[in-house]
Amino acid sequence: MTTFADQPLEDQIAEWRAYVCRRKALHSPDVEELEGHLRDQLVALTQAGLTGDEAFLVAVKRMGSLDALSREFARAHSERLWKQLVIAPETDVPTNTRRDELVVVLSLAAAAAVATKVPALFGHAINTNEDFPLFYGRNASLFVFPLLTVYFMWKRRSDRVRGLWLALAFAAGAVLANVFPFPSRSDTEVLTVLHLPIALWLIVGFAYLGGRWFHDGGRMNFVRFSGELAIYYVLIALGGFVAILFTFTMFRAIDVKPDWFVGGWLIPCGAAGAVVIASWLVEAKQSVIENMAPVLTRVFTPLFTMLLLLFLATMVWTGSPINVKREVLIGFDLLLAVVVGLVLFSASARDPQAPPNFFDGLQLALVVSALVVDGVALYAIAARISEFGLSPNRMAALGENIILLANLTWSAWLYARFLRHRSSFAMLERWQIAYLPVFSVWAAVVVLVFPPLFGYR
Amino acid sequence: MTYIELQCIRLLRMDVGKDLVAASATPLVLAILAEGDSYGYAIIKRVAELSGGHLQWTDGMLYPVLHRLERQGYVAAKWDASEGGRRRKYYRITKEGRAELASQRQQWKAVDGTLRGIWMQACAV
Repeated sequence: MTTFADQPLEDQIAEWRAYVCRRKALHSPDVEELEGHLRDQLVALTQAGLTGDEAFLVAVKRMGSLDALSREFARAHSERLWKQLVIAPETDVPTNTRRDELVVVLSLAAAAAVATKVPALFGHAINTNEDFPLFYGRNASLFVFPLLTVYFMWKRRSDRVRGLWLALAFAAGAVLANVFPFPSRSDTEVLTVLHLPIALWLIVGFAYLGGRWFHDGGRMNFVRFSGELAIYYVLIALGGFVAILFTFTMFRAIDVKPDWFVGGWLIPCGAAGAVVIASWLVEAKQSVIENMAPVLTRVFTPLFTMLLLLFLATMVWTGSPINVKREVLIGFDLLLAVVVGLVLFSASARDPQAPPNFFDGLQLALVVSALVVDGVALYAIAARISEFGLSPNRMAALGENIILLANLTWSAWLYARFLRHRSSFAMLERWQIAYLPVFSVWAAVVVLVFPPLFGYR
Repeated sequence: MTYIELQCIRLLRMDVGKDLVAASATPLVLAILAEGDSYGYAIIKRVAELSGGHLQWTDGMLYPVLHRLERQGYVAAKWDASEGGRRRKYYRITKEGRAELASQRQQWKAVDGTLRGIWMQACAV
């Protein structure tokens, strides 16, 4: 690649570059690569006797149509399309579809809010003076996820057959949540409450991807969506929390107790409707969060790495063993889940083509320290199980631990290979994507098999 | 370069159909990289050389193919200095890429064998 002494030719190249740079699917390294190609071609053509002008004409012509080229680039880098999917159609789609969408979203959110109140008609009222009825816990995801699925089916224009399959899956979930004769607040009932949403989230994923489940990068988009939905949901929940605080203080001033309204209506209805609203926000305002996700992972990765290393150092220093109780078990599972979430989310926010950098090293440190901490915890759990036998909780915690451990071990190996330039980041991305259904399948097993297996205790 | 000459260049490119060019891109690029590390322009030159000009690609289209292969983990890329002093992106085939190449080779052999079989019969009749 050379710079040409021929100034008009250099000007033409600069003009071409500026024109190519305007394509959103082409990032600057791609443009640099294409420009290098153009220059190589120009050298060859001028050496063959063409003048600068002629050579430029031929070289640009051989490069091919830029529209077709940027389409191919967008296809090869589906995460770049992620932004375009929403932003590009805005110009040519008439404005009333956006209003249609708002109407659909608001009615679905209202439907979700109403759905949480329907069981009250059949004797499942929320009484703020009593314990929270677990009936709502078991069915929480069933109030919201089917409506979310309807939204995505509408948005992706999915056909009826797929809708039928998804409806069947939800019906199966509803049956499982309600058919087992759980004694009040048994361990297996709590397990169902915790695991059913994870199992059903996969169905939302199918609807979200609208048949592109096996398509390259499709499932990564769903991961991205899930992470950003969580962020938006937390933001909305914070707003709701502030609103509740004000409700209490203001109504107390006029000696009215709003407990029944806040506990029985505002919180359940708001929590259900907010999921639909947050999903719509993710879809509509993608570019806002898109810039936030990398920042968030960069804040949390060092934080958690430090926490884990500090914990390990303290444990070695004081020599105190892990005191295994029920909360400890769940705590370590949660820790691993957070680490897997961080790895997944940072993978989805990362440009897979970029070379390894400092933060990839930090990610590896995070994963390895989580593995060491978990190894110690697992040893303690195994000791407890051999002493007291299996309970549903211990069994579920152990299963989750093993699933997360397998994910992280292989991720660590792939990270290490990537950092040593032995393999590409794409391998790690593919491993994480391929692993996603495992979480939901295990959750489904816990919901389906555990209650009868342990006699509903 | 006259208009007619430009048309000639375009005609040359039409030798092999679009779908076939697209389908053969992966094995061809992997096979060229299996000969040694290379970069975009050199790969295109090698393709033209190997096919005797029958398989002319629209130059730009090679790059999305290379990037897709990189994403799939079949090739690895590195920016390095070129003779001219500018940066240039070099591609290298990975172990997974070699495995993919072997599998593609089997598939193309099967297609080739089938077609040959039926064409031989057609000749005999």
